[in-house]
Amino acid sequence: MIDLSFSPAEWTAIRLSLKVALVAMLASLPVALAVALLLARGRFAGKALLNGLVHLPLILPPVVTGYGLLLLFGRRGPVGAFLEQTVGLVFSFRWTGAALAAAVMGFPLMVRSMRLSIEAVDRRLEEAAATLGAPPLLVFLTVTLPLCLPGVIAGMILSFAKAMGEFGATITFVSNIPGETQTLASAIYSFTQVPGGDAGALRLTLVSVALSLTALMLSEALARLTARRIGLP
Amino acid sequence: MNQDKDRSLEVRLKTPLGATRLDIGFTAGAGVTALFGPSGAGKTSVLRAIAGLLRPEEGLIRFCGQTLLDTGAGIAVSPHRRGFGVVFQEARLFPHLSVRRNLRYGAVFSQARGRPDSAEFARIVDLLGIAPLLERAPRHLSGGERQRVAIGRALLAAPRLLLMDEPLAALDENRRSEILPYLERLRDETRVPILYVSHSVAEVARLADQVVLIDRGRVAGAGPAAETLGRASLMAGASSRERGVVLEGRVAGAQPETGVTTVEIAGARLRLAEEGLAPGAAVRLRIAARDVMLSLRPVEGISALNSLPMRIAGLTPLDGRTMEVRLEQAGGLHLLAHVTTVSAQALGLAVGLAVHALVKSVALDHFR
Repeated sequence: MIDLSFSPAEWTAIRLSLKVALVAMLASLPVALAVALLLARGRFAGKALLNGLVHLPLILPPVVTGYGLLLLFGRRGPVGAFLEQTVGLVFSFRWTGAALAAAVMGFPLMVRSMRLSIEAVDRRLEEAAATLGAPPLLVFLTVTLPLCLPGVIAGMILSFAKAMGEFGATITFVSNIPGETQTLASAIYSFTQVPGGDAGALRLTLVSVALSLTALMLSEALARLTARRIGLP
Repeated sequence: MNQDKDRSLEVRLKTPLGATRLDIGFTAGAGVTALFGPSGAGKTSVLRAIAGLLRPEEGLIRFCGQTLLDTGAGIAVSPHRRGFGVVFQEARLFPHLSVRRNLRYGAVFSQARGRPDSAEFARIVDLLGIAPLLERAPRHLSGGERQRVAIGRALLAAPRLLLMDEPLAALDENRRSEILPYLERLRDETRVPILYVSHSVAEVARLADQVVLIDRGRVAGAGPAAETLGRASLMAGASSRERGVVLEGRVAGAQPETGVTTVEIAGARLRLAEEGLAPGAAVRLRIAARDVMLSLRPVEGISALNSLPMRIAGLTPLDGRTMEVRLEQAGGLHLLAHVTTVSAQALGLAVGLAVHALVKSVALDHFR
């Protein structure tokens, strides 16, 4: 029998993971929605390139993504230095960096789910809304968005689940600092590196499995519920 | 609504249409104007251009003296600012909103033109008979119910002009006859001009005041409904089952005890199976060519109530098996009859021959 009571350090890792995942999901939501709209509806040069860039984190080794973030968003990186000077936002070796890494890794999943659901919206309904006097922004808010909501919610939850499990990019970018950047995955990794850490690793593994599974099931259920509520088959 | 203003719609369009081109110009006034023609003639494209959903290569659209499209001057008012209601072939109800919220959708945006109040809402709900459906979701409605809600939704946006794109085409015969009376009430009870796209002679004959004939992207004729439809029946492309004549006459008398009404048309009298028409009332009849029988001599002992002496004005083979016979009377009455080629030869039908046209009273479609 293993001891199922968590140590304070383990609690910290769980709480941090939840915070990082939540922030990553919420911060990437508007950007992902905009990019999904652009990919679903836009006609412009470089659309294939944008699509490729969005999906890159899915294909690249996470360590490459993490190193890329370090180069760009590190204190000496061009974007990181700029953000620190202008708005005082620091990513390197902070939990904000872990959230950024998680957001980037979950981004393709979020965009993909949203894009597919936007593409599935019947544009003839948008035409009908326009002939009823609705200006474009309100057509989007009252017709397009409600009709693609199942995909938006599914995308959010997928990105959250991905963020909860992110490891490679996070540890490369912001290292593994207990209480600051040590998320669930990093904590499990640390436990496996020290003698006698098996019980801790197992406890956190169970937490990780439970959280991911819950998120996936919740995503399915929410998508189905929303689809039914908005009258889709 | 300011009914005294000039409410004419002026349309000129030139744009590619499939393999051919749309090159069209017409003016529509108050009442119901039908854009009539075979499928693929370009009617729907014209309607979409008027609604602002299709940008033609070249075009000018004016309504009430306001320019909505002028490609030469770079003017193109967007659909939501035109104030034109559209009823599409498929109802296009919003699946995520209840019937009530579908109906209310346009009202939010039509404040500038006088938002329909609750009395107006009740009136239109009543006009279309959709009161029992208000709380339902669109997916639980039948095709006919959906289309009535779509009509109500368009009306409740307080449109300046109502565009209807074959609103009955997606429905079966029963549903069509369920909705047609509502469309008639709509025509008679609202002041909104209606542009009605259809390829059905029966619908157009029943609803339209004015008809614009469209064939292969061009205007083939325009004018008052009965006159224009008479020509339309002769138009190439109308299916042979649909061919026939549309006639306008007046109720001459009724025999309530028999349930038969006599209608006078161009000096001739036709009897139709109908009661309750007031003497003197205008009636529009449609006589399908396939419902007219020909006989060389007056026939007795037959159930058909109408036997009209006519003269053959023309004979056209339709296909190998049937002939179309054009019939005239000195008073101006004209009919079309379809007979088999075998019968035409057996009777020796030829131009100038006197015949009797037999029409069953129950086969007459009459409107208004």
